[in-house]
Amino acid sequence: MGTEQAGRFDFMVVGGGMVGSAIAYGLARQGARVALLDEGDLALRAARGNFGLVWTQSKGDGMPGYVSLTRESAQAWHDFADEMSGLAGRDIGYRQAGGLDFCLTQADYDERAARIARLHNQSGTQAPNMVMLDRPALQALMPSTRLGDRVLGALLCHDDGHVNPLYLLRGLHAGLRAAGGVHLPGAPVTVIEPAAGGFLARRADGDVLADRVVVAAGVHTTRLAAMVGIDLPVRPVRGQNIVTERLPRLLPLPASALRQTEEGVVQIGVTHEDGEAEPVTTVPALARMAARAVNVLPDLAHARMVRAWGALRPMTPDGFPAYAASSTHPGAFACACHSGVTLAAAHVRRVAPAIVAGDLSALASFDPARFKDMTHVQPAH
Amino acid sequence: MYSRPTDGEVVTITFEGEELSARRGDSVAAALLAAGHVVFRDTPVSGAGRGPYCMMGACFDCLVEIDGEPARQACMTEVREGMRVARQRGAADYALHTGAAADEAA
Repeated sequence: MGTEQAGRFDFMVVGGGMVGSAIAYGLARQGARVALLDEGDLALRAARGNFGLVWTQSKGDGMPGYVSLTRESAQAWHDFADEMSGLAGRDIGYRQAGGLDFCLTQADYDERAARIARLHNQSGTQAPNMVMLDRPALQALMPSTRLGDRVLGALLCHDDGHVNPLYLLRGLHAGLRAAGGVHLPGAPVTVIEPAAGGFLARRADGDVLADRVVVAAGVHTTRLAAMVGIDLPVRPVRGQNIVTERLPRLLPLPASALRQTEEGVVQIGVTHEDGEAEPVTTVPALARMAARAVNVLPDLAHARMVRAWGALRPMTPDGFPAYAASSTHPGAFACACHSGVTLAAAHVRRVAPAIVAGDLSALASFDPARFKDMTHVQPAH
Repeated sequence: MYSRPTDGEVVTITFEGEELSARRGDSVAAALLAAGHVVFRDTPVSGAGRGPYCMMGACFDCLVEIDGEPARQACMTEVREGMRVARQRGAADYALHTGAAADEAA
């Protein structure tokens, strides 16, 4: 590669996962000449370990700005999905007919009901459109689904849906290429430094030069953003996933930690394991996940697990997204969130244009300056 | 298409009702391939015919019904005398298998 061959870009985005790819596509869509710098196949890639939910029900409890951004993105998803399907060259599997959170204990049911009230109190009409369903109401919603005896009911959020996250990623990369951008996989960026009035990213296979830089490198964001004067603490949280063989239609709506894909695969999730540095699976966690899934859908008891895997998701101290412009290195930006699928539409249509304009004031509530002196780390969703 | 390097004790199984000879120690997949069968199942998505790809338990393309139990991996299951093997047609319906559909109909 090398700078001579690659030339000088308007922007380089460091991180080719769900967040970086959406930002890169969004920048290119605004007319910028963009390089998306990506690692190789062994990268710690939350984009390939997520659950594919376009999900508002669990987001932003305690941060109304995040509720609004999530709502904006979920609403944009309706035509964003068509845009992505067109770019990916196939249906990316977006289906929006509501999302569930099954309750197996009264405590779970009461906690969900309290959350609905709390989000409504905090965000009013911006809050997701949610109701609690008791078991008869839930069964009436899904008359052909055999529910486990322990299912007391569920939270139903009318705004939620799901998508095939791998096809979404393909669509974002195709969109970047179609808008004249280049995807440069192959090696991690080791250093970002000011150079020639812009920024130079150093990689083992050559350097890349751009006027401006966006760091969106998942769990590596903290180290790379610090090189351009942005303090953005991100820690890895491991999530484990199970997929079954393809099954007849069992579950018409996606649920938290349990969904059936368009092709019939049932995906079972997902752990939130703090302080784990390796993206591996553990038998006790997989067994707990499978047991809960069977408690919800007893027909899964005989289904075969095809694969299980672990991925590291990036988590900020309060669990909410962070978007930052550097005050010491003008032209440098950093983005981190663990909700790259739900927020993909907002990253393309809202965050990327703000970065092109060099003005993140409309996203001020997401400034990572809020993490300063934050000692309490919440297990966020 | 395939041939065996050595002979062994003969085990008789059926595939789609038709008897075929296998050797003790064969996987079901090896026995069916040796008898000339390459299509083991129809996919749940497109209905296309599929057969073994990896022969080591990873690809799930060799699924068959064995003695009435759906979606078994033919490459990971050893033949037994009298085993009844059938093509896996579409997805395994575990609700039917466990009698849940009968309960619902009642």
